[in-house]
Amino acid sequence: MRYDVFFAGYGGQGVLLAGNLLSYAAIHEGKNVSFFPAYGVEKRGGAAMCTVVFADGDTGSPVVGNPSVSVLLNQLSFDKYAAKVKQGGICIVNSSLVDTGGIDLPGIDVVLVPMNQIALEMGDVRMVNMVACGAYIEKSRALKSESLAAALKKALPERNHKLIPANLIAMEAGAQAARD
Amino acid sequence: MQTTAAEKIFVKGNEAVAMAALEAGCRCYFGYPITPQSDIPEYLSRELPGLGGEFIQAESEIGAINMLLGASATGVRAMTSSSGPGISLKQEGISYMAGSELPGVIIDIMRAGPGLGGIDASQADYFQATRGGGHGGYRIIVLAPASVQEIYDLTMLAFDLSDIYRMPAMVLADSVIGQMKESVTPNSRPKTVLPPKEWVVRGRAEGTPQNVVKSLYLGDGEMEAFHWKMQARYQELADKESRWEEVQTADAELIVTAFGSTSRIAKTAISMAREAGMKVGLMRPITLFPFPKKAYAAISERCKLFLDIELSTGQMIDDVRLSVARDAEVAFYGRPPGAGSLPTPEELFEQIKKNYQACS
Repeated sequence: MRYDVFFAGYGGQGVLLAGNLLSYAAIHEGKNVSFFPAYGVEKRGGAAMCTVVFADGDTGSPVVGNPSVSVLLNQLSFDKYAAKVKQGGICIVNSSLVDTGGIDLPGIDVVLVPMNQIALEMGDVRMVNMVACGAYIEKSRALKSESLAAALKKALPERNHKLIPANLIAMEAGAQAARD
Repeated sequence: MQTTAAEKIFVKGNEAVAMAALEAGCRCYFGYPITPQSDIPEYLSRELPGLGGEFIQAESEIGAINMLLGASATGVRAMTSSSGPGISLKQEGISYMAGSELPGVIIDIMRAGPGLGGIDASQADYFQATRGGGHGGYRIIVLAPASVQEIYDLTMLAFDLSDIYRMPAMVLADSVIGQMKESVTPNSRPKTVLPPKEWVVRGRAEGTPQNVVKSLYLGDGEMEAFHWKMQARYQELADKESRWEEVQTADAELIVTAFGSTSRIAKTAISMAREAGMKVGLMRPITLFPFPKKAYAAISERCKLFLDIELSTGQMIDDVRLSVARDAEVAFYGRPPGAGSLPTPEELFEQIKKNYQACS
């Protein structure tokens, strides 16, 4: 089985960390992984995106034109990439920052998750990427949540390991919101 | 290679280059920063000093390549890395290294050009790499990885081939392979039997005979003899070291050919074509010099239609056309490099469909 997911947002939302986290989780499950990042020259505020492909066998193309799942964290990425989701695929949208009004996406399961709001309720808006990862796991069922817990230890520098419990709670909140 | 999850590491292509160089025994690095390859000097600047090695951020790419020449002349394993504009600056030094029969590894993580161009992936430096790049009519070994694992393994191979054949070796990748992170098995240095470096210049204190490393040949017939010797060496390289990958070519009615990052995108497009019932295969050269001519010739005896795909307006296609049988047809699909021009598998699938329908 080959899975692909596309994450996009603006620099500072943790899009690349989210991609790294899913990659480590897939490696934890013994998969082969390709993580392909693309970002602007700005440290914050520019466009940031990444594609993660994982498979038992060959990962094939690191570039995906029509992703099975897209997680779009801001308006710009929604406007640009929502319609590119594959037919029968899933588009997870940060409804705190995205107005989906007027756009018709037939054949795509659009899942609205108020990610900023949830992250704020969890105590820090910077956990928006963790909320997004939780929603992704819930909707795609591509990876086990235990694998993400293990992956956090690898994706985060040691000095931030104290934040792992809070991140796990944020992920669970994201999953819960995607379920509802 | 079957391995357990625990043995694998998750690194960028550029980091894999640096790790492989250290594993291969490279202890000297000279370079000047440029996107999209700066992770290589970053990694080596951190790791080399602790290993008793030498890391120098040179004053320019020209300085760096000449430091590589000097280090290689003493017999140590040494490397430089850059991208488009920097690789252009290095060409004079590469020509002098080729003329002096010196080994040395050059990593080229291609970016869009000409000029400063852009930082996005490109394959438009194929000609520069495979035709020698500098003056004088020489060639260098050119290896084209298509994954992070392969850039790791080919970096080590570049050191071995460069030492065996006494010529510079280049690893030619682009920002997709350099910036992408993949799970990698950090293989050990291959146990290659290497010829002794009897030609090194290290001073005569060790009792070594006087050696001269130079690229100046003024004597009557001297330069010509050098060229014939090198031509024979290039032929030996082609006979012994041509490497390629074939995927599902046995029954193929259309063979897609591509190298590096583009071949990865093409692989998924080919799977889509197979699912749609089309008999399509992939021919991927791993050595760009020597180009695997005989393999193309053999394959074109049974399949008469090729589709060459490149992230350029077409350069490798010349080598493909020169290699395949006369009655084989070579179609082309390419896009000039730059932001937003990286093709998707879906796009390549459409091209495969179009060419496949034309043949059946």
